[in-house]
Amino acid sequence: MSSRLPRTLPDLDRRNLAWFVDKGMQVFMFVGGISAIVLIIGIFVFITKEGLPFITGSMDFAEFFTSPNWRPTSEENPTYGALALIAGTASVTGLAMLVAVPFSLGAAIFIAEFATGRTRETLKILVEMLAAIPSVVWGFIGLSLMNPLIIDTFDVPVGLNILNAGIILGLMAAPIMTTIAEDALKAVPDTYREAAEAMGATRWQIVWRVVLPASRNGLVAAVLLGVGRGFGETMAVLMASGHSINMPGGIFDSVRAVTATIAAELGETVQGSDHYRALFTLGMLLFLVTFVINLTADLVVRGIRKK
Amino acid sequence: MVDAQHIPAVAPDAKVAVRDLTVRYGNHVALKDVSLEIREHEIFGIIGPANSGKTSFLRALNRMDTFTTGMSVEGTVEFSGHDIRTIKNLYALRKRIGVVFPLPVGLPLSIYDNVALSPRLRGVRKRADLDVIVERCLRRAALWDEVKDRLKSLGSLLSGGQQQRLTIARALSQEPDLLLLDEFSIAVDPVTTMRIEDVLKELKKEVTIVLVTNLVQQARRLADRTAFFLMSECVEIAETEAFFDGRVKDPRSVDYVEGRFG
Amino acid sequence: MFAATELNNGNRRTQTLIKVLLLTMTLLLIVPVLIILTMLIVKGGPVLSFEFLFSDPKDEMTAGGIFPALMGTVWLVSVALLASVPLGVAAAIYLSEYAGDNWFTRTINLAIINLAGVPSIVHALFGVGAFVLFFKFGTSILAASLTLAVMTLPVVIVATRESLQAVPQAFREACWNMGATRWQTIRRVVLPNSISGILTGVILEVSRTAGETAPIMFTGAVIFMPFLPEGVGDQTMAMSLHLYAMATQVPLPEHATNLPYGVALVLIGMVLAMNAVSIGFRVWLRGKKKW
Repeated sequence: MSSRLPRTLPDLDRRNLAWFVDKGMQVFMFVGGISAIVLIIGIFVFITKEGLPFITGSMDFAEFFTSPNWRPTSEENPTYGALALIAGTASVTGLAMLVAVPFSLGAAIFIAEFATGRTRETLKILVEMLAAIPSVVWGFIGLSLMNPLIIDTFDVPVGLNILNAGIILGLMAAPIMTTIAEDALKAVPDTYREAAEAMGATRWQIVWRVVLPASRNGLVAAVLLGVGRGFGETMAVLMASGHSINMPGGIFDSVRAVTATIAAELGETVQGSDHYRALFTLGMLLFLVTFVINLTADLVVRGIRKK
Repeated sequence: MVDAQHIPAVAPDAKVAVRDLTVRYGNHVALKDVSLEIREHEIFGIIGPANSGKTSFLRALNRMDTFTTGMSVEGTVEFSGHDIRTIKNLYALRKRIGVVFPLPVGLPLSIYDNVALSPRLRGVRKRADLDVIVERCLRRAALWDEVKDRLKSLGSLLSGGQQQRLTIARALSQEPDLLLLDEFSIAVDPVTTMRIEDVLKELKKEVTIVLVTNLVQQARRLADRTAFFLMSECVEIAETEAFFDGRVKDPRSVDYVEGRFG
Repeated sequence: MFAATELNNGNRRTQTLIKVLLLTMTLLLIVPVLIILTMLIVKGGPVLSFEFLFSDPKDEMTAGGIFPALMGTVWLVSVALLASVPLGVAAAIYLSEYAGDNWFTRTINLAIINLAGVPSIVHALFGVGAFVLFFKFGTSILAASLTLAVMTLPVVIVATRESLQAVPQAFREACWNMGATRWQTIRRVVLPNSISGILTGVILEVSRTAGETAPIMFTGAVIFMPFLPEGVGDQTMAMSLHLYAMATQVPLPEHATNLPYGVALVLIGMVLAMNAVSIGFRVWLRGKKKW
């Protein structure tokens, strides 16, 4: 054999410390990655685990969804009708959306299409600050500032009602909707705008005819996520809605939300009782509804990407 | 494992032996059925027009298909007798191969750390040792005089030509067995290019070099042997001078070298 | 010079009108908040004092300070961060540095979106079912903090992933070509260049965590506790729950009606201050070019 035989390089086949550290870290990162999946499944499993015995046991489906009588603490005949709670949540969220959708879309359009430079940055930061206010503070505002204001302005006996909670919730949901809607508007390529501009369209015509149609899906997703946010809000609604079981008839009625019911009653139930399990069942309902909303929003957003 | 009988199948002094190498990006074939050998301690030139598969060849040698989406490689590449598709430690392979691609990348670290990164990864810890390596590599890449007073500033903020030389210094800092250079002088002025070329001639004693270039004269100045790639195929492999004195077989090779196309 | 046609004038007038309308809508979202903040400051400001911040509540919480609640929030946030930051950063690194574009990655992304959208009270139920009962942590700082950690995990993941992805791919490839392993590349090049962005996200998470109420109500926070927690097994007071209690549960005598405003002002001050730091940090980072 020639002395010039290629020398072999043993290190190419030797797995060293760096190789094993790399593999180890990859496993660790993967665990982090699947944690989100594990947790979302975990949430469903654990609330179902506590709620299911009620569903399979003493729950009456017809009563749950059609009766407005939520009397879990009644001695002789407890009833679990969630209709009033669902209606309460729906009415508050509905009013909140009436307030928040036009305003946040308007704000998003202004920030994305009209504002420039420092104004734009300032407005974005203010919107972000708005999103940062904790829900319990919002609830406190509803209770202490809005309540007397509504009583004085509209001459009604109680200021803790759909109107109060709806406005509060609207202000809470607005920042997230503004941010997502603005992202959707920004995602429309500038070439679209330039093409329309070259044809002599004004800024508003461009927005109305070109940008809004092109970003429709993103705007829908923004509204959906806002709805999801309002639907799941707890402390603010608990504190501002009056928290009394009523089928809503007008915006000055006090109502009770699904979320608020759980928050108010869980502390007073006996673990394992029907009442306790019924609250977890309400939790399952909330989980499923928000899950569907988020999923839909995601599918809608994915719709724009495909185009 | 590579068995002893397997090795004599290639030339005894082959550093890299490539057989039937095909590189695809999705459905697009970038390189087709290339077989060649690169000998230890030679400068192997690869010339050819744009999109002829030169860069894909280098990418395959460094197993860049593992992190390039859509890139797939067929055929075998042996590096010092090891099939690079079956070795257990890919990182060790890449440590032995220094690469310089035409788009310069100064890492967002200090100039010093850019060059010290590879030595640190292989376990050099002492500051004095690192200082020596950093200075040597920067000098060889003809960058030392320009940056010696600001080794702490960011490598990613240097000018294009300086980043190019920083990339060369980084490749040298690996103390590689094999150096892959892809149009390294594209952003470097002629005088500096000459200085680096002189260094490459020196380095030949320690390192095997593959030089992809679109400058035919650069291949002539540096390369011992040269391959001519055209339209994803290797048309000709010969001693570099053969391209210039008409000893090559394929007429297209002569046409290219004489500047009739490309 | 062109003479402005009537049509152009009309267009311009509509344009201006719409612009003003949109600006008004934007301001209508923001102005109430400024009014609210002003009122909180007017009513809560006089309550604030060194003593208010650093003494215990007295006379069935109708007097005294908020020190145990303040400390409780520090406890809850710290323990929650210990759990969520490593996990969230790992998840973000996985998504940004390892995961390919496939159904599995999409599932993870979907899970993150959903995790962020789960109502806080459902997180509370999960905390009760999982941490308090199943893992037998009882109602404790540990259970409450873990519930908060699960809830704010998406904030860390999203912020971290964004700052990792801001590091150009070419830097990674340059490192891999030198024989650096993925982890070496992450540790030496990717993380050092995204750490400030990650920090911004963590500060944002702190501000979110500090303000949450529902997830801690049944998992570890209590309305009143006469001593400070000594470990993660103890229950604790918390600023957010303290505000809820002061506003709804405690009958306040005439002279103390401004107390909850003070609590609200401190809470919102904490949260907004951290947000401001996070935003300021981000703006500062944007101005600092590294490549």
